[in-house]
Amino acid sequence: MTELSAHLPQFQHGQLTENFPDNHLSNTNDNSERRRHDNSERRRNDNPESETNGQPHNNTQQVVEQDEEEDEELTLKYGAKHVIMLFVPVTLCMVVVVATIKSVSFYTRKDGQLIYTPFTEETETVGQRALNSILNAAIMISVIIVMTILLVVLYKYRCYKVIHGWLIISSLLLLFFFSFIYLGEVFKTYNVAMDYITVALMIWNFGVVGMICIHWKGPLRLQQAYLIMISALMALVFIKYLPEWTAWLILAVISVYDLVAVLCPKGPLRMLVETAQERNETLFPALIYSSTMIWLVNMAEEDPEAQRKASKNSTYDKQAPANQTQNEDAEADDGGFSQEWQQQRDNRIGPIESTPESRAAVQALPSHSQTSEDPEERGVKLGLGDFIFYSVLVGKASATASGDWNTTLACFVAILIGLCLTLLLLAIFKKALPALPISITFGLVFYFATDNLVQPFMDQLAFHQFYI
Amino acid sequence: PALGLFLFTIARDPLRIIILIAGAFFWLVSLLLSSLIWFIAVKASDPQDEPLQKGLLIFGVMFSVLLQEAFRFLYYKLLRKAIEGLVALSEDGCSPISIQQMAYVAGVGFGLMSGAFSMINLLADALGPGTVGIHGDSQLYFLTSAFMTMVLIFLHTFWGILFFHGCEHRRWWEITAVVVMHLAVSGSTFCNPLYVGSLVPSYLLMAAAAAWAYSLSGGSTQNLRRFLLCKF
Repeated sequence: MTELSAHLPQFQHGQLTENFPDNHLSNTNDNSERRRHDNSERRRNDNPESETNGQPHNNTQQVVEQDEEEDEELTLKYGAKHVIMLFVPVTLCMVVVVATIKSVSFYTRKDGQLIYTPFTEETETVGQRALNSILNAAIMISVIIVMTILLVVLYKYRCYKVIHGWLIISSLLLLFFFSFIYLGEVFKTYNVAMDYITVALMIWNFGVVGMICIHWKGPLRLQQAYLIMISALMALVFIKYLPEWTAWLILAVISVYDLVAVLCPKGPLRMLVETAQERNETLFPALIYSSTMIWLVNMAEEDPEAQRKASKNSTYDKQAPANQTQNEDAEADDGGFSQEWQQQRDNRIGPIESTPESRAAVQALPSHSQTSEDPEERGVKLGLGDFIFYSVLVGKASATASGDWNTTLACFVAILIGLCLTLLLLAIFKKALPALPISITFGLVFYFATDNLVQPFMDQLAFHQFYI
Repeated sequence: PALGLFLFTIARDPLRIIILIAGAFFWLVSLLLSSLIWFIAVKASDPQDEPLQKGLLIFGVMFSVLLQEAFRFLYYKLLRKAIEGLVALSEDGCSPISIQQMAYVAGVGFGLMSGAFSMINLLADALGPGTVGIHGDSQLYFLTSAFMTMVLIFLHTFWGILFFHGCEHRRWWEITAVVVMHLAVSGSTFCNPLYVGSLVPSYLLMAAAAAWAYSLSGGSTQNLRRFLLCKF
């Protein structure tokens, strides 16, 4: 559930905090999450009018209305930058996944399946295969739903310790175990001799730095890099252990579920975001990728400009140290949620943990500072689950498509366009939005279309060396 | 060269990147539709008939060219609307990006995508084992493919500029000239593997289009001379 959460109550809440500067200062940016994703606005015409018109209507507090509008414009102006800030990590993640798939054969070998997908796809008849994959997908989806609901319940009842622990264990698993396997496979592929001691040292360093970066403080770039890496690792695990039809079905169903979970009033993700907003807490840092750096430990958002406006940021941040630590807990919990769940599973099975949580928030973070001139501070947050599923789609496309690079490229462009559109919608609606459906739909459509339709055409063209 | 174009001129400005990706997307959609048509035509016909297949392929190519131009037009319309929005949003009342820049970026987007699609499988296969042209086909396959792709990318860029300019000033003859040129270039590739028939006209056309686009964008021989003299 990737929500571009510009959650309306939160927005209004943010509005409220606008008016009361003290509150605003003391509260962390969490609340000041005004989603402004204007980038898309820049690209698409009609929005600007609706945007600015919408502003006053959203702004119940007239006091800062003018500031709001100025911010709006400034934000819109920098909107393109934010989209690019999301493009780059998504692209990086996909590139890493595709590169690994292409070079390391481990991830395309069928070594069995997760216990979440007990039905095999090596059946005799097509019908049986279809049935099996539907059942697999159903099991996986129900697992994810259960996990998400569990997470929301834990969060609601403030079992932060549980969530925290879960998150820690989950990221431990990812950072150490899976990167160990990954490293081992890369070494095997390139025939590099390596002794255990060196590997142990490397993995230990990597893991510990990763844990610190993600759950505590760390340089923004490093944290982003780590989040990208763990998303890529997760995506690789998925690609390896999910059989074909199941994978496509799961992608399709997940996007539908995302849509439902985020937009329905009773959806778990929506409740999660709302609760987080009510409590003025940020959502789980380990599950969300932010594009602006609000100096918050948990809300690492990439925003180099924010760093330039360090003075504002730092004052802003310093005023909310307490919140931050609390947020951290809350956020850490999110990650832990899935991990705990995974603990109960077979070790061989990849952690699905990040999915629900990661998808929990795509939030545009208008970490709007008290002043109205910090457009850079506003950033967008994208859930890690979104990264993972985008990469799964592109990775599967590169692994199993007959059209190979053409298909991969087509899916890549489709996903990026979907992301653009989603951000555009975010700018328009200013609520938490699921980032999965549009992109995944485009990606799936393009994958199947390119694989079956375009590929033979291009093959023929290349054979005769025609150019279109 | 296309990558160089991208790095130097587009990567700086995020808005341009978005326009680029959207341009690539539009090209992709046009390709999709045209291959759909081709696919249907192939399925409906006899797969054993060689000349017919080739004829169908030619038909597919022509159709695809037309579709590409149609999508370029659609993209132009979209960008026009977007510019109005951008102007309304910007602080100082003028658009942060001009329509010519958009035309350029859109052209590059189209070009990059078409180039990528034409070349990438070729490149991937080139990494693997095997000899080119071992069955009596031309040995220059890779080389000519590379050149052809490059010329196509440039052409798309120039066509983008010309096309948008034509749409802006309502000069229909410019638009038809672009379409005709595109058809001509694709058609010339039908003479492959008689490479001289395809590469040479393409390059000539590209030079013509480049000069035309340059003059449209406000350049002149004087500028050119000054630029060259400054450099050397």
